[in-house]
Amino acid sequence: MSIPEYDLVIIGSGPAGMLAAVTARQHDLSVLVLDEQPAAGGQIFRNIEHLKSYRNSDFKKLGPEYIPADGLIKRFRACGAKYLTQRSVWHIDKELIVRATMPAGERVDTLSAFKARRLLVATGAMERPMPIPGWTLPGVMGCTSVDVLYKSAGLLPDCSVVLAGCGPLLLLIANRLLAEGVEISAILDTNPNKALLKAIPHLPAALRAPEYLIKGAGMLLKLKSTRIPVFSNIEDIKAEGRDRLEQVRFKSNGRLQTIETDLLLLHHGLVPNVQITRLLGCEHKWYDRQRYWEPVLDKWGNTSVEGVAVSGDCCRVSGSKVSELTGRIAALESARALGAISGTERDKLASPVMAELSKHKAPRSFIDQLYKPRLSWIVPDDEDTIVCRCEEVTVREIRNAVRLGAHSPDRVKALTRSGMGLCQGRMCGVTAAEIIADELNRSPGDVGYQRVRSPVKPITLEQLVNSG
Amino acid sequence: MFQKTPDQGEKIKIYYEGRCLKTVKGLTVAAALLSNGEIEFRESEVSGQPRSPYCLMGVCFECLLEIDGKPNQQSCMTVVREGMKIRKQCRCIKDPDVNS
Repeated sequence: MSIPEYDLVIIGSGPAGMLAAVTARQHDLSVLVLDEQPAAGGQIFRNIEHLKSYRNSDFKKLGPEYIPADGLIKRFRACGAKYLTQRSVWHIDKELIVRATMPAGERVDTLSAFKARRLLVATGAMERPMPIPGWTLPGVMGCTSVDVLYKSAGLLPDCSVVLAGCGPLLLLIANRLLAEGVEISAILDTNPNKALLKAIPHLPAALRAPEYLIKGAGMLLKLKSTRIPVFSNIEDIKAEGRDRLEQVRFKSNGRLQTIETDLLLLHHGLVPNVQITRLLGCEHKWYDRQRYWEPVLDKWGNTSVEGVAVSGDCCRVSGSKVSELTGRIAALESARALGAISGTERDKLASPVMAELSKHKAPRSFIDQLYKPRLSWIVPDDEDTIVCRCEEVTVREIRNAVRLGAHSPDRVKALTRSGMGLCQGRMCGVTAAEIIADELNRSPGDVGYQRVRSPVKPITLEQLVNSG
Repeated sequence: MFQKTPDQGEKIKIYYEGRCLKTVKGLTVAAALLSNGEIEFRESEVSGQPRSPYCLMGVCFECLLEIDGKPNQQSCMTVVREGMKIRKQCRCIKDPDVNS
């Protein structure tokens, strides 16, 4: 079976992947883009093409920054890159042969393996898991899931909603729900009051791109202008109910509160989706301000593995504009590495992009410090809280494993099954490492992360056999 | 828990646990079930507790369903087709003590 070869294989068709494809095609590279979702745009510009055509009033409501997204997707579609949707990458070997699943219902054929001369990982970010007691109950969801349902299907909660956590996305989603007339019965703001004080030293740098601050302040003011109860100084959030969520309990300023609700949305910031860069053995480093691992990159987005680059939110989470710019930069570097342009040409073309990138990155240290994740919302005090949702492993079980001598995430995994379920540690890997680090009084950066092995997405034996 | 806003999509029928549900072309299976008021998608493999989608973007694997006879399908990434037969993803071993 001959495997089709491409100059550049891009995993992910969000802002970073799309711009990288468009840029690489301008330099005549052959480009393949793989995405596991049914449509282009990533999570931020999810389903934008359909929204623009069939739900134009909803599209307009998303905000002015979504207007250029439609044009961007059109440019991507027309750029000449081969684009395959509903393909989950499950393995990449040292020769950069990328293996992907087929869309459901289609036969496995030769189009399930591709050789990449260069590889760009643009798999974006995911919500940081926020384990609280009862968070496995139906009715407790990640905050961004309602955004996905709204953009992709026009679905809105038909019940009153409680939001808990903090971060720019929580503000954005709260504002969107309000604008659509969804009743928010409470917001549990887990960010401590002193967070703003600590972030103020980073404010001058952030003023280089004031649009981010203006947007954030606008969202905060909008929420303040409503009568939604915002609880602060929060401790001990519990989701309670028999077979589904019935109520949320928490302490605010030391007082116990109970709110009846069908839907609790949790949000504690975003973390890069590093499953593929981990699989490839790229070097990662711990970013303490936002408490996550990110691949180590040079200024062109190259990882420590030859031929593999990263762009967008699967390194430092910085939003869609930075993703677009890092996508362009990585594509120019690919064009240089493959001999399509010289080093001088690359530098010349990248120079204005780098300048713009520096501006759009400027507010991050302020935002990252303002919404610095709190250990108490990562490592729950209640030791019966489930950490690994798939295998139902609790904080206590992980702490006990560490006390028994399992001082690394892999050994804890072997002892407890935490991270052995179908999500393959995506929902518990970061938390487990934090618990181990906390128990050992070390940094998660020293403790490390569990080894990521292929298949990084569950596949059937049929798919494995037919992969050659 | 969720209600669909009007959309001019083409109407189709799918089946969940033998019940006929009306939905719209282009939706994911997860969205189609949620908009029909179905929130229990699977049973936890460990405790048998009911589970429902959490992330809806392919990360959490809480939305797994049996779709057209194939188990472990991520319903948040599978698009509905006319006549699709969907079943709740049940726990493999109901009671490990009895079966061992």
